[in-house]
Amino acid sequence: MTERMRHGASIGQPLTRRDGPAKVTGAARYSADFHPGGMLHAVMAVSAIARGRVTHLDVAAAKAHPGVVDVMSPENAPALAKSPDEKDNPFAFRLDLLQNGNVRYANQPIAVVIAETLEAATEGAALLNPRYEAETPSVELGGETIFTPDSVGAGSPTQEGSGDIEAGFASAGTRMEATYETAAQYHNALEPHTSVAQWDGDRLTLHTPTQALWIAKGRLAGLFGIPQENIHIVSHYLGGGFGSKGFISSPQILGIMAAKLVGRPVKLVTRREQMFGSVGHRAATRQTLKLGAKADGTLTALDHHTLTLTSRHDDFVEACGLIARHLYASEAIATTHAVSRADIGTPIFMRAPGEASGSVAVESALDELALQLDMDPLELRLKNYAEVEPITHRPFSSKALRECYAQGAERFGWSKRPRQPRQMRDENGLRVGWGMGTATYPAGMMQGEARATIRADGTALVETAAQDMGQGAWTVLAQIAADGIGLDGDRVELRIGDSDLPNGGLAGGSTGTATSGSAVHAATQGALAALEDLAVNDRASPLYGAGNAGTVAEGGRLARRDDPTRSESFSDILARAGKDSVEAKGTGAGDPASRKTYAMHAHGAVYAEVKVDPDLGQIRVTRLVGAFAAGRIVNPRLVRSQYYGGMIWGVSLALHEHAVLDTRSGRVMNPNLAEYHVPVNADVPSLEAILVEEHDPHVNPLGIKGVGEIGITGTAGAIANAVWHATGTRVRDFPITLDKLLG
Amino acid sequence: MSFPETGFPITLTVNGVSRSLVLEDARVTLLDALRERLDLTGSKKGCDRGQCGACTVLLDGVRINACLALAVSHDGASITTIEGLADGDVLHPVQAAFVDHDGYQCGFCTPGQIMSAVGLIREGQAGDDPERVREGMSGNLCRCGAYAGITEAVLAAHAAMNAPDVLPGGNLSEDAA
Ligand code: FES
Ligand code: FES
Repeated sequence: MTERMRHGASIGQPLTRRDGPAKVTGAARYSADFHPGGMLHAVMAVSAIARGRVTHLDVAAAKAHPGVVDVMSPENAPALAKSPDEKDNPFAFRLDLLQNGNVRYANQPIAVVIAETLEAATEGAALLNPRYEAETPSVELGGETIFTPDSVGAGSPTQEGSGDIEAGFASAGTRMEATYETAAQYHNALEPHTSVAQWDGDRLTLHTPTQALWIAKGRLAGLFGIPQENIHIVSHYLGGGFGSKGFISSPQILGIMAAKLVGRPVKLVTRREQMFGSVGHRAATRQTLKLGAKADGTLTALDHHTLTLTSRHDDFVEACGLIARHLYASEAIATTHAVSRADIGTPIFMRAPGEASGSVAVESALDELALQLDMDPLELRLKNYAEVEPITHRPFSSKALRECYAQGAERFGWSKRPRQPRQMRDENGLRVGWGMGTATYPAGMMQGEARATIRADGTALVETAAQDMGQGAWTVLAQIAADGIGLDGDRVELRIGDSDLPNGGLAGGSTGTATSGSAVHAATQGALAALEDLAVNDRASPLYGAGNAGTVAEGGRLARRDDPTRSESFSDILARAGKDSVEAKGTGAGDPASRKTYAMHAHGAVYAEVKVDPDLGQIRVTRLVGAFAAGRIVNPRLVRSQYYGGMIWGVSLALHEHAVLDTRSGRVMNPNLAEYHVPVNADVPSLEAILVEEHDPHVNPLGIKGVGEIGITGTAGAIANAVWHATGTRVRDFPITLDKLLG
Repeated sequence: MSFPETGFPITLTVNGVSRSLVLEDARVTLLDALRERLDLTGSKKGCDRGQCGACTVLLDGVRINACLALAVSHDGASITTIEGLADGDVLHPVQAAFVDHDGYQCGFCTPGQIMSAVGLIREGQAGDDPERVREGMSGNLCRCGAYAGITEAVLAAHAAMNAPDVLPGGNLSEDAA
């Protein structure tokens, strides 16, 4: 903690987190840590069937339990101004808010018990003893009519390609076809979805974790029929989100409705097992990859077809095919998606949506092709290096992937890899395998705003409704603000995580820092311009008449650009003008012209070592080296943590996560953190992330690309390829577990 | 319906302070007693069934999952929570190491990780062996994947606390009794 946030030199410094002391002392208050006076506890009851309707709830039994205040069910749930099934836009996902007794998936909320204590509410929910009229559910991938969706992911085309795919295969000397499956996965942020809601007439105060304060505010305003200004959402800290808190979910809204019903503040915390239903997941996929190549490895055809599933009542389609549109050059490319419906909760964006599942299939397929061609897998990727974006032929705004490949390979020792599998053992007789994969994720931007105020006491206030779910917004936005305004970090007050502040965009899609950071930067420049305006027009200022030359801000002073000895402090400028402060708003958004001209993506290369027990099939990842290029790095310490986190999610996708659905009942059979496996500390090997330099003049004024999701891509495939290299067994059904190696 | 008149009186020494309360329900877990009745919300609830470690506290110096402990069965016990670790503004060496090594992201698992690390170091089980630290910390899930920083932090704190000329900070030495 020796570094200081120095003006003009904050960006790029590996500062420790500003919110660190609060987080390590327990002082950081997450949503469930708020207890307004008179607060009651609410507990949901959820459906044990996946399709049908609730015919009876024993409300009397629940109400008879000491401490129970009320039971909210379709009988008495507050009426809403708008149907929760109404879709104003494709991302207004349908909600289950007790407006009727229908059941559309297992673990759907069917009632809420409100009580003086958590224990009473929990017992009350158990006493409801629901009876159902059940219909036979269907939850299997491809179990019902398969159709082509209108769009995939966040509105991308279902099909996209270039060249003549048949001709590509016809001219190929070598062809490879394989089908890969990925399992349904649940975000399982460690913090459950929570609401602490308090109504005052038609004004709502809500503590809830959300990755998008303003989107949540808009949705709630519509549902409750009140102006957005009446809604105040506080979300200072999120205990993880990973996409599951991008859009406010049914349980969060039920907490608000419960507070309305009883006229007292209410806290509703989703129970862990209830998070396997109404708060989104990553749908299972079955992906078929067909590759054609010449003898030298040049791809002539790349055909990526995805089959996935969505809910019966809404549309979200995992966009696995996107990655093949951006990553490798091929004479012809075809990417298509198909989907079938099922009686499941609607899938949703989950860390690297589309790319994560797509990447593991594409990287596995390339590895299989490399074997057929007897080529080194890295060489094959370099052979098909995309100099321009494959389908659009747009140049990349920046792309240091070659450097990522080289630096990662060097660090890992890739050149010593034997080409054939089953060649290496360690001193204990475990089989050792090495694999690699390419990482990529789009460098998108949303739109966001920020406000910067320079105050007469020589401090600044920067405000934006951005949200920190662990990526480090509290720290990096302060770094950007400090540099922008020419003040040391300790003179900059940052306010985020509050819906009353200017719309800070979404902490998602790896767009958060790029968007809110750009907004913060723009706001600081606006505030400085206002300050400059005062000074250069004031005869008493040493900056008088400097308008043409312009000024620079440094150390709390404005100085003439052409003569830094002529300067004046922010405080003096404001004092003489008789003002307490100057303020300005700034916007962060992608520049449409450059986004049309250039393809914008972050890239990386991941190298993995695994060890496999030859008798037991037990797999351990022992080494992971990732090299990533993502434009300008605001804080290397925090960025490294983001890469590590992503890489661990890659380990998880490859080897651990699997929500097991019972096809008869439609229920998730392992809805808890003991049986739904996520990596623990002992599953995670020595990790290395190399931050490869990359300068991007087009992506945004600060040159920032997102880093939150790219780590998963590349990693899962690298591990799968390493498992093959260790064992000679190619598992195409993820996660790779020991039974599949022994079987 | 309202609660019966009688309840379950208990006294806990929490972070060195004696706290008495009457529980209206015997089912109150130690975690909910701390979080909902004593306003000590630093300990977190990630699963409520002993599977994530977010609720880890020290009970008479030993790390436990507070969500699996019934408050009434620990009448008279001494509890250390994340709130009781620092000495005023001076962070406990484990807390300081988590900040220095970025042993967190969202921070939700962090109180549990830190209490678990304090317990692990005190148990003397893992020493300076990274593999054994990883094993010993594996009851604490971190969905953000901050494991690399957590392991580094525990090793660094272990080294700092075992350096010959450095005494353990915070309240650690008090509850060791
Ligand atoms: S909340 Fe106690 S172990 Fe998860
Ligand atoms: S820091 Fe988020 S769960 Fe560990």
